[in-house]
Amino acid sequence: MLLKEGQVRIPAGCAISGIFHKDGKKENGERIIKSISTMHDRSNGLGGGFAAYGIYPDFKNDYAFHIFYDSNRAKDECETYLKENFDIIAMAKIPTRRHPRITDEPMIFRYFVQPLQTVLAFSQLDEKEFVVRKVIHANHNIKGAYIFSSGKNVGVFKASGFPEDVGEYYMLENYEAYSWTCHGRYPTNTPGWWGGAHPFALLDTTVVHNGEISSYDANRRFIEMFGYSCDLLTDTEAITYIVDYLNRRIGLNYSEIANVIAAPFWSTIEKKPEEEKKRLTYLRNAFASLLVTGPFSILVGFEGGMMALNDRLKLRSMVVGEKDETVYIASEECAIRIMQPEFDKIYAPRGGEPVILTLNKGGNAQ
Amino acid sequence: MNMLYPQFEVIRNPSRCINCRACERQCANEVHGYDENLKIMTCDESKCVNCHRCVAICPTRALKIVKTDHTFKENANWTEKAITEIYRQAETGGVLLSSMGNPEQHPIYWDKILINASQVTNPSIDPLREPMETKTFLGKKPGKIERDENGNLIDNLPPHIELNMPVMFSAMSYGSISYNAHAALAKAARELGICYNTGEGGLHKDFYEYGENTIVQVASGRFGVHTDYLNAGAAIEIKMGQGAKPGIGGHLPGIKVGADISKTRMIPEGTDAISPAPHHDIYSIEDLRQLVYSLKEATNYKKPIMVKIAAVHNVSAIASGVARSGADIICIDGYRGGTGAAPTRIRDSVGIPIELALAAVDQRLRDEGIRDKVSIVVGGSIRNSSDLMKAILLGADACYIATAALLALGCHLCRTCQTGKCNWGIATQREDLVKRLNPEVGAKRLVNLVTAWNHELEEMMGGMGINSIEALRGNRLMLRGIGLTQKELDILGIKHAGE
Repeated sequence: MLLKEGQVRIPAGCAISGIFHKDGKKENGERIIKSISTMHDRSNGLGGGFAAYGIYPDFKNDYAFHIFYDSNRAKDECETYLKENFDIIAMAKIPTRRHPRITDEPMIFRYFVQPLQTVLAFSQLDEKEFVVRKVIHANHNIKGAYIFSSGKNVGVFKASGFPEDVGEYYMLENYEAYSWTCHGRYPTNTPGWWGGAHPFALLDTTVVHNGEISSYDANRRFIEMFGYSCDLLTDTEAITYIVDYLNRRIGLNYSEIANVIAAPFWSTIEKKPEEEKKRLTYLRNAFASLLVTGPFSILVGFEGGMMALNDRLKLRSMVVGEKDETVYIASEECAIRIMQPEFDKIYAPRGGEPVILTLNKGGNAQ
Repeated sequence: MNMLYPQFEVIRNPSRCINCRACERQCANEVHGYDENLKIMTCDESKCVNCHRCVAICPTRALKIVKTDHTFKENANWTEKAITEIYRQAETGGVLLSSMGNPEQHPIYWDKILINASQVTNPSIDPLREPMETKTFLGKKPGKIERDENGNLIDNLPPHIELNMPVMFSAMSYGSISYNAHAALAKAARELGICYNTGEGGLHKDFYEYGENTIVQVASGRFGVHTDYLNAGAAIEIKMGQGAKPGIGGHLPGIKVGADISKTRMIPEGTDAISPAPHHDIYSIEDLRQLVYSLKEATNYKKPIMVKIAAVHNVSAIASGVARSGADIICIDGYRGGTGAAPTRIRDSVGIPIELALAAVDQRLRDEGIRDKVSIVVGGSIRNSSDLMKAILLGADACYIATAALLALGCHLCRTCQTGKCNWGIATQREDLVKRLNPEVGAKRLVNLVTAWNHELEEMMGGMGINSIEALRGNRLMLRGIGLTQKELDILGIKHAGE
C-alpha cells in the first residue's frame, strides 16, 4: 500500500521564488505566479504553494487559520476544538476557481480567531505559545484536519499541482501583499497530499524550501522535545519549527538563527576576529542539534521581513536581484528576470550567508 | 591427577626452529623450555594462555598455537566449558575469574544495523574536497540565551569537554594496566585532541602534564583522589558501575601494589586495593547529586562531571535520574565492556547490550525533554568505525574505546589479565614485562587507529551527505535493522531494511 505523507518520509527537490517590497508597497499574486511558472520543470505537479504577507488588513490583529478538511466529521471536530479555545471572529470557505489540473481538493476554510481570554489565562501561557500549542494539538490529533496557516495578516495557499495552477486556483490576483514567497515541488514519491506542499507555516513564520536535508531526523528528534510534532515527516516542517523555536522561544535574531542552522565551518570560525569567533562558537555549540546539513535554499517569511538562506556548502542555487525598494529572490535567475528585467544589483549569496530583508522604518505594510 | 587437559597445543616446526630460545625468554607463563641434553626446545602447554607473544617474536615462524582437539563426549548442554568450570571450582572452591569483555554468543546488534547513503535527491559529499567536521563538545547545553546591555550574547555555556573526534579512551587504572600503557594512552590522547581516562587508580605525577586530555575518575574506593587530582583533568568521572561487572566493585591484589602504585593510589605498599560494590556515600539518587555537587564545589564549577553507569535492565530510568542529578555527561558501559578481572558469572550474565541501552536512554531523555541537559558517551564494545557511527546515529555524543585501544597496543585478547603476567607489557606491573611496551610506539599505534577510524567516519558521513557530526547525532532515520524482530526494532527506534 502506498503510504501517505506523514506516514512515510518523502524527500523532495524544488523551485522557490520570492518578492519583498521594503517600502511596504503591495502587489497581487500575478507576478509571483509568472515567476514560478518559468521554473516549471523544477516541479513535477505534486505540490505548489504561496505565502503572502499583509493580505488581511481588515483582520490584521486576528490569527488567520487556513484549514484543510478531509471530511465534514473532521470539520465538526476541529471547529468544536477551535470554539473551546478561540473566539471565531469570522469564517468562510477560501475562494477558489475550478481548475482542470487541480483535483481531489479537500474542503478549505479560513477562520479569523482570537484566543478565549479565560482559557488563555488559565493556561498560563503567553498568547503565541497558546496558539502554537493549539495548532500543533489539532494537527496531531484531529484526523482529517490540518491547520496549514496560522499567523496574523499572513496567508498560506497551497495544493497538489503545479504552482502556477495552484496560484490560479486560489485566485491570488485578489490578494495584495508586500511580501510573497512561493514554491514548486518535486517530491521523489507520489502521495500527492495537499498538506505536504510548501510553504509550511507556524504563526507568522513561513518556509519554502528547495532541497533535502540530511540532518532531518537529528533535527526532528531534537525539536520534538519542545512540544513540536513533526507530523508530516518533511524536512521543511522541521525547519519551520526550528526557526520558530530559535526566534520566538529562545530569542535569537534571524542572523543568529542563520549562524545556528547554517553554522560556519570550524575552520572558518577559527579565522574570525576573537569576539566574532566566540560568538559563532557559542551559537554552534549551544544549539548544536539544530545545525542543518545537506542541500537547502530557503525563504523564511516573517512579519515585516524575509530571510533567504543557503546551506553552508551552497548545494542549491539561489539568486537575489534588487531594484529600487524591491528585492527578488529565486532558485534561478530567469525567474526573477521575468518579473524585473533590469536590476540595480544582482548576486548569488554565499552558502550560509543570510540575506535578511525587513520593511524600511515607516514602511506601511498594513 | 589433573582433570583439566590444556586448552591449547604449542606446535613447533622442528625444521624451522633454530633453538634461539627467544620464546623461552619472552613467555612469562613459562610455557617454553630448553633441554640442554637433547638440545631441543620443550614446552608445557598447560601454562599457555594463547597470547601469541612467542608466535609474534619467533624469528623463523616456527611456532603456532592451536586449539586442542582433545574432547569430551559431545553434549550440547554439558559443553566442554561447562564441565571444566565444574572441575575448576570443585578443586578450588573459588569464584571463577575472567578478564576482558563478555565473549558469549549473544546477539551483536551493531552487526544487524545498516547505514544509509545519499542517492540522487541529495548529494553525497567528498571528504577529500570538502570540510568534514568531527569536532565534538560534551556537556550540558544552556537551553536559553542571555544578553548583555548592548544586546550581545553572553557565553552561558556550562563547562564542557572539546574533542577533535567523538572518541575517548575509556577508564583503565594504573594498576590494572602498566605505566607504559598509561603513557601511551596519554600521549596519543594529546596528539589526537581527545581524552583518556585515569580509571580509579589515581593519576601518576608524571602524567599531570597531559591534564587537558585527561578524565580523572572518582570510584567507590576513592583511590588517589585529592584536590590537585580533581583539578588536573578536563573532566571528572564518577564511576558508579562497569559493564563487565555491574553491581560489584574491584580488587587490585596487593602483589601489584608496588611503590609507585602505592603512592599514586595513596594506599600502603602491598595492600589489596578493594573498591566496594557501592559508593558508601551513595545509597540513592539524591546522594549522587550531593557527590556531583561536592566535586563541582571542589573544582569551582570549572569541570564537567561525568557519571558512568553499567547498562542494566532499567538503565533508562537510572539515566534519567542521573541527568537530573546535575551530571553533565552520562557514560553507559555495555555488558561486552572489558575488565582486568571480574567474576566469570557476572561478566557473562549480568547487564545488557550497549546498543539497546543507548537507544532506550537517548529516547527516554528526549521523551522527558532533557536530552540537551546531558551528553551521552557509550562504550563496551565499540570495535570499529561503523560501530562508532551507528552509536552516534542512535544518539550517542561520543564513544569510549578501551579493548580496541589495548588491541592497538598489542593485546591479543587472551583474557588472562588477572594473572598479571601480560607478555605484551599492558596488564602487568612486572618491570621486565612493562618495558616491552614502548610508550612512543604504542602512542603512534593508537594515533594511527583513531585517525583511521576518523577517516572512515568522514567517508561514511560524506556518503550520506552529512558534513558535521552534530547532524549525525540521533539521526536514526539513517539506520535500518536487518534480521531483527519488531520488538528489537522498536527498542532501537529504527526501521527494518526495505522499509
